[in-house]
Amino acid sequence: MITIGLFVYFTIKAGSNFTDTLSLSSAAGYAGPYAAIGVGEVLLLVLAEIDLSAGQVFLFCPWVMYWLHGDGVPLLAAILIALLVVSAVGAINGLITVLLNVPSFVTTLATNFILYGLVLVESNQLQGSPIPLSSGSGFWSKVMGTGTWSEIIWVAAITIVMTVVFKRTRFGVRIIATGGNLVGAAEAGVPIRRVKIWAFVLCSFLSGLVGIVDSVKYGTLDPGNFGVDYILYAIGACVIGGTALTGGRGTLLGAFIGGILIGILQDGLTLIGVSTNVFFIYVGAVIIGAMAVNVQFDRLIARSRGT
Amino acid sequence: MSTDVPQPTNPVANGKPVLEARGLTKSFGALQVLRGIDLSLRPGEVLGLVGDNGAGKSTLVKILCGFHSQDGGEMLLEGKQVRFNSVEAARAHGIETVYQDLALIPQLTVYQNLFLGHELTMLGPLRFLNNRQMRKLAREYLDEINVHVPSVDAEAERLSGGQRQAIAVARAVRAANKILLLDEPLAAMGARESRLIINLVKDLAASGRVSIIVIDHNYAHLFELCDRVNVMQGGKITIDRPVHETSIEELTELMVSSYRRQLEQVREGGA
Repeated sequence: MITIGLFVYFTIKAGSNFTDTLSLSSAAGYAGPYAAIGVGEVLLLVLAEIDLSAGQVFLFCPWVMYWLHGDGVPLLAAILIALLVVSAVGAINGLITVLLNVPSFVTTLATNFILYGLVLVESNQLQGSPIPLSSGSGFWSKVMGTGTWSEIIWVAAITIVMTVVFKRTRFGVRIIATGGNLVGAAEAGVPIRRVKIWAFVLCSFLSGLVGIVDSVKYGTLDPGNFGVDYILYAIGACVIGGTALTGGRGTLLGAFIGGILIGILQDGLTLIGVSTNVFFIYVGAVIIGAMAVNVQFDRLIARSRGT
Repeated sequence: MSTDVPQPTNPVANGKPVLEARGLTKSFGALQVLRGIDLSLRPGEVLGLVGDNGAGKSTLVKILCGFHSQDGGEMLLEGKQVRFNSVEAARAHGIETVYQDLALIPQLTVYQNLFLGHELTMLGPLRFLNNRQMRKLAREYLDEINVHVPSVDAEAERLSGGQRQAIAVARAVRAANKILLLDEPLAAMGARESRLIINLVKDLAASGRVSIIVIDHNYAHLFELCDRVNVMQGGKITIDRPVHETSIEELTELMVSSYRRQLEQVREGGA
């Protein structure tokens, strides 16, 4: 609702400037990474866990692909190995959290720094360029990122697939059960540890996948990019979408919409000539506003059901 | 003895014990909690376990359900010696436990809770939920055991404490094929809700589906629910009576006099 409202607001304010393809695609460009990381992050938030490294994984995955490809590994293999590597990062996050009982906030904070450091060391602080596929105009280049809408289509597809997984499969129910009542779920025979580890793996995998698409889109990799910049927006997107950080509840579609909203905000404010510095104040206000609306909404529903 | 004490709910409560404990002992550090428990549960029987806090009831139940393992003594399930190293092991032998109001997931619906851990799925390895089938079976099953909820699609959060407990018991019964352990199933429950659970447990026992051990503090509840009552004191079972051969007054008197004896022993020992 807020997203549509903002969309209308910017359309009126900036006229056709906002709705033309170039501008909309740039809004989608901002939104893609936040929405993608947010969708994976929701799984962990529902589990009452968090993955702070997902933003850095998003940046790290294309580097792995780039290095492997540079060493002569065929592109498809390089992409698959990179995805395997980030899935392993997710597995490590999960294993440390579950087996050593370290809060995931701490585990993934550490992973975040380690991945950042690896990029700096391996890249020698030099930009990664050119990214394979990024200069081509063939079918696969378009699919993998150079197409105007390819990234946001990837993210939308991921959102749909993961929503089906979350709502319709046993894994989804087990995520809600584990996050809603850890002890109760374990007593009912839910393998809570396995569920958590797989969720970490999925979150990393999805972030890495869209990270590769994002790198193809921009064509260069900047070793100075810091994942925390992404993850905080992504968590913002989750919260705006209606996911509480207390576990047991969340919506992936909400995170997607939340990501789009932040994208529109970032792009729209630039277009209507508001200083980008103000952007952060708006984001903060929207997060608080969305939270308040969601809480009230829940109360309303509860009352209408007579409880 | 009063005459209004109900007769045993279940006439099949006899025959060879389905579960037997012989001389179970358990210590935590220097503290000996169980000092040789002898207990037997007959098929289809509801056995009540009473005793003060610290008498060892919960420890006993935690051994029976596999959460702890005993230091000494033996356990026989249908005449065969068993030893459980985990809750899963006990569960695999058909022993289920319901803990105080902890069992349900507030955010899941009634049918999702009922099938939690035993979900019906389709499309093979994709594990898609067969929601239609689970809803249907949940409705049929709850009707069959007389548990009434607004809808099987209601979230557990929106149910009353009694309804939640009933669902938890119902789920355990679905999974248990031999023994059900209920740890204070009526704790923090109003009169009407207690009635719901009492009736549910009585019906289950009457159906002969499972044998049940209930821990409770409330004598009135236990007398209504159980065929037999065991009193635990100081890590031992000191009184074992069928409910129709005793009364609340008698049990209270027995407990008090037993305490008095213990107290005197302690005094004599000290002197």
